[in-house]
Amino acid sequence: MTHHPGDSLLRRYSEGAVIPADELWAVESHLETCAACRARLAPDPVAEAVWAGLSPLLDHTPQMPRTKPWRRAYGWVSPAAGPWLAMILLVTAAAVALDRVGFAVGDRVSLVLLIAPVLPVLGVAASWGRALDSAYELTAATPRAGLPLVFRRTAAVLAVVVPGLAAASLLTDVGFARWLLPCLAFTVGTLALGTWVGVTRAAIGLVSVWAVAIVAPTIAYSRTALALGPEAAPVWAALLGAGLVVLGTRRMAFTRLEGNR
Amino acid sequence: MQAIEADGLVVRLGRRNAVDRLSLRLGRGVHGLLGPNGAGKTTLIRTLATVQSPTAGTLSLLGTPANGKLRPVRQKLGYLPQHFGHYKRFKVREFVEYLAWLKEMPKKQIPGAVKEALERVGLSDRAEDRMKSLSGGMVRRAGIAQAIVNEPELLLLDEPTVGLDPAQRLRFRELVAELGQRACVLISTHLVEDVAAACTDVVLMNEGSVVFQGTPADLATAGTTTHVGDSPIERGYSALISAKSAGGAW
Repeated sequence: MTHHPGDSLLRRYSEGAVIPADELWAVESHLETCAACRARLAPDPVAEAVWAGLSPLLDHTPQMPRTKPWRRAYGWVSPAAGPWLAMILLVTAAAVALDRVGFAVGDRVSLVLLIAPVLPVLGVAASWGRALDSAYELTAATPRAGLPLVFRRTAAVLAVVVPGLAAASLLTDVGFARWLLPCLAFTVGTLALGTWVGVTRAAIGLVSVWAVAIVAPTIAYSRTALALGPEAAPVWAALLGAGLVVLGTRRMAFTRLEGNR
Repeated sequence: MQAIEADGLVVRLGRRNAVDRLSLRLGRGVHGLLGPNGAGKTTLIRTLATVQSPTAGTLSLLGTPANGKLRPVRQKLGYLPQHFGHYKRFKVREFVEYLAWLKEMPKKQIPGAVKEALERVGLSDRAEDRMKSLSGGMVRRAGIAQAIVNEPELLLLDEPTVGLDPAQRLRFRELVAELGQRACVLISTHLVEDVAAACTDVVLMNEGSVVFQGTPADLATAGTTTHVGDSPIERGYSALISAKSAGGAW
């Protein structure tokens, strides 16, 4: 090659771009003999200077992928609760389906009523109990641990449970007050009792009491338990209030490991 | 101001005092917490991590009494529990990010801090893998990453070298030496050689209280050739432990 290679060819060569074999050979043999073109191949001092200035900045600029929006939901939902929330919706749907095919317990008591207090308790246990939330000890030692985070996670559970049960009660003709108050009272009750014995134990205890005191007699004696009737509403409201008071006064328990037991 | 100031600390678990009238002062540097199983190491670390309430005594962390508002202290705290659970479906990066959020780090700092923490434990290339795909040693390193992500002034590591292979243990010692320059690092371990290699200071615990505090060299001089152990420091360890609890083959 007698003439010097053009700028664009030389740039493509220096970038290692694909160049037809004959041209590549010509450029290389020319560069071997032409010092002027070898100098043109040398890095551009301006580009070098810009790069030298930029690279430390690039090291400090986060290059991590951005968090997906649904991951941000973990500010509210406990990462351990996801599968349980899905299960809660499935159980609700199953209760409605059984009710629609005419299955009822005892004296025509809808299954929706019987599961309403149990479902949020499961969700709360998955949000703060050590049995279901594996990272409980890591969480408990962080500044965010405490009643505000517990409330956030509980709100997320109720945001799934309550609309699900509301839809179920519309489909099965069960009055709102009959399931909503027991549902909320059991939710707050689990947390309140949890400040003494831990949320896991409180959940197991309350679900057992419900099963033994309300569900079993309803099935065994074929009559509607008083607690499921509309006249029990003031009692449930009082329990709910008492639970909230206990939570307020004993809130520090949630900053320690004892709240997870 | 010392990072940890404990006086007459008692932590009651059930019927026995897991920590029994313990007094301890620790400042900047890397401190090894040694002791036989059941000596109360984990309970002490949990108490220092503010997740366990002391039954009696006074405890002050980073100059703040540890019975009032815990939040400011916890923001400057790094804690790796002995058995820590994680969320299997989380990516490694998401796991550390989530903990950084729980530690109330400013939102803008989180991505950069997470990247740096993962680099320091050598997990950058696994950042986008799920936690469940990691080996035991890698999970442990992810745990260390979450502990250091907020650049803690008080770093509490409970058995951090379990599951690490020898090369990773060496890298870990370099990392804690680096961290000990600015922070108070307390490492609980049952591996005496970890302490000899990585720690500037040793705290030896038995039956809930401190039986020795000094340099690894001081610990070595406590032992004689009649004591069990493969190294001077191991012999020093058995000399101090057996002097306290006579009898029992273990």
